[in-house]
Amino acid sequence: MSKIILDRLVEKFGADVRETSSFRGDDVALIALSRWREAAEFVKSDPRCQCDYFVDLSVVDLCDPRTDDLDMEDRFEVYVIAYSVTKKHRVRLKTRTSGEDPRVPTLSAVWKGANWLEREAFDMYGVRFDGHPDLRRILMYEEFQGFPLRKEYPANKAQPLVAYREGTFDRLGPFLTDEGMPLNRGPSVDLLDPALPLDRAPRSDPND
Amino acid sequence: MEPVDLDFEESELELPSEPMTLNMGPSHPAMHGTIRMVLTLEGEKIKQVDVQPGYLHRGFEKMCERGTWQQVFPYTDRLNYVSPLLNNVGYALAVEKLLGITVPRRCQLLRVILGELSRISDHLTCNGAMAMELGAFTPFLWFLKAREWAWDACEEQTGARLTHSFFRVGGAADAPTDRLEGMSRAILPKIQEVVDEGASLLLKNRIFLDRTQGVGILSREDALSMGASGPVLRCTGIDYDVRKDKPYLTYDEVDFDVPVGEDGDTYDRFMCRLEEIRQSARIIEQSLDLLNKIKPGTPDYAINVSDPRIVLPPKSEVYSTIEGTINHFKLIMEGIDVPPGEVYQYTEAGNGELGFLLVSRGGGNPWRVRVRGPCFFSLQCAKPMILGSMLADIIPAFGSINMIGGECDR
Repeated sequence: MSKIILDRLVEKFGADVRETSSFRGDDVALIALSRWREAAEFVKSDPRCQCDYFVDLSVVDLCDPRTDDLDMEDRFEVYVIAYSVTKKHRVRLKTRTSGEDPRVPTLSAVWKGANWLEREAFDMYGVRFDGHPDLRRILMYEEFQGFPLRKEYPANKAQPLVAYREGTFDRLGPFLTDEGMPLNRGPSVDLLDPALPLDRAPRSDPND
Repeated sequence: MEPVDLDFEESELELPSEPMTLNMGPSHPAMHGTIRMVLTLEGEKIKQVDVQPGYLHRGFEKMCERGTWQQVFPYTDRLNYVSPLLNNVGYALAVEKLLGITVPRRCQLLRVILGELSRISDHLTCNGAMAMELGAFTPFLWFLKAREWAWDACEEQTGARLTHSFFRVGGAADAPTDRLEGMSRAILPKIQEVVDEGASLLLKNRIFLDRTQGVGILSREDALSMGASGPVLRCTGIDYDVRKDKPYLTYDEVDFDVPVGEDGDTYDRFMCRLEEIRQSARIIEQSLDLLNKIKPGTPDYAINVSDPRIVLPPKSEVYSTIEGTINHFKLIMEGIDVPPGEVYQYTEAGNGELGFLLVSRGGGNPWRVRVRGPCFFSLQCAKPMILGSMLADIIPAFGSINMIGGECDR
């Protein structure tokens, strides 16, 4: 494995490259959070690196809830892998952010593909990517509570697909009044009793 | 009679149009796999699109962290469920990289052969389904018939049609069966014949050509910076194929070509896949020859690495010796003891670069299993592909991405 990229990174960023390794041939560099975006731009545009191909971006949770504090420093390790189709070499850049307020600058302006991958990382780990144009959940649904891939999230925890909401009946729109209004109960709708005012109508609560 | 003044400004003639929001999916007949697109249309033109994956999210990565290293294999079958063996191979290689071991040559060749059979079935499905969505039902049925033959061969070897779970860390569940070679050699020309026949129905068909050529164009820059891989990348003219660029298993010993497109449109993706079926057949033929050259009794002939800390003992030993029983028990209950470390291993799956980032903190359970599913990246390219084109162009463009929900949503 050529170590050109790692050498170039150390040359350019000095001590802000916290550590480098080549375990099993994977070139890895741990970058200081403050220079994360700069380092990504560098490996993409430097003529000797030319890592224009975006391979992957995700997070590793370094916290073991049995022994570590959930708000520990350097809890989430965000990594990005970039490859050069011309030079045929690749590098894995990593940076770390705290468990208390995980924030990392976005790379979506460097590689377009980072857009969805950062959304996924946010969805799964709750790491916020500053400057991201559209940071919302991507695989989970909006109502989902918590971040499932965090180590403290119980693997067997169940959540209702869409939480029961007080305003469920609002979608009936103008028909919903205080006086109550008889509705056609239909052959299979058993939500409302026409004799009762709507706000006192019995509802079935899926959380019961 | 006064002449009617027809000299309108062009803009006055146009009907006033308000952008319309259209919800396509998640259970639309052309959105095979579950995916939702929220489209903003002006007439039939796509002004804006929000592609929403996630309807098939099962928490793959979370599930992997609960079990042992070996227990991940059945989950990988369900990533790209049209070519499960390629996922098995990808994961096995990743754990082996972390362990620092290489499987014997016979197992490597078996992985190549079964993997390429899976690739054929993957490409047949994608091309057939795409043609069907454009109204060509016959090629779809023919391609699926051919896919059935590929699955027959896989079934002969693994015992399962779809979810094989065949490869293991450090080897495979079984040695090549006696009939595998004969079956593979018999089906490859038959598959090729059906593919040629099916393609001849499409490639001289005006409707098919009009609906694929120049439709769903992906630029080279977008493909690179969005991480597209496999046929979706190669249709733009970039010849990135993991089998060539960083050969694994025995891919450097066989002779095959990597087809590339020029325009990055749907037609090029279709043609890339067609040609890759032929190249896969070449790889299988050569690998079978190489397999026959291995002499019984040599270390190459083994199917598993000879390390009792990794590979289960043979059943005869498990049932008759106390050492075998304990060995089996320890491996099943505690898992393979993988040393601490972090690796990223990638292979060329049906849809492109399938990567596994594995983190171990020692012990029998993975700390983190990250899957880089190529579909997720290709699907992100759907937006630049279809933006500005017509509503109907979504169907071929999306079909040629070959979005497989299991792999995309994990």
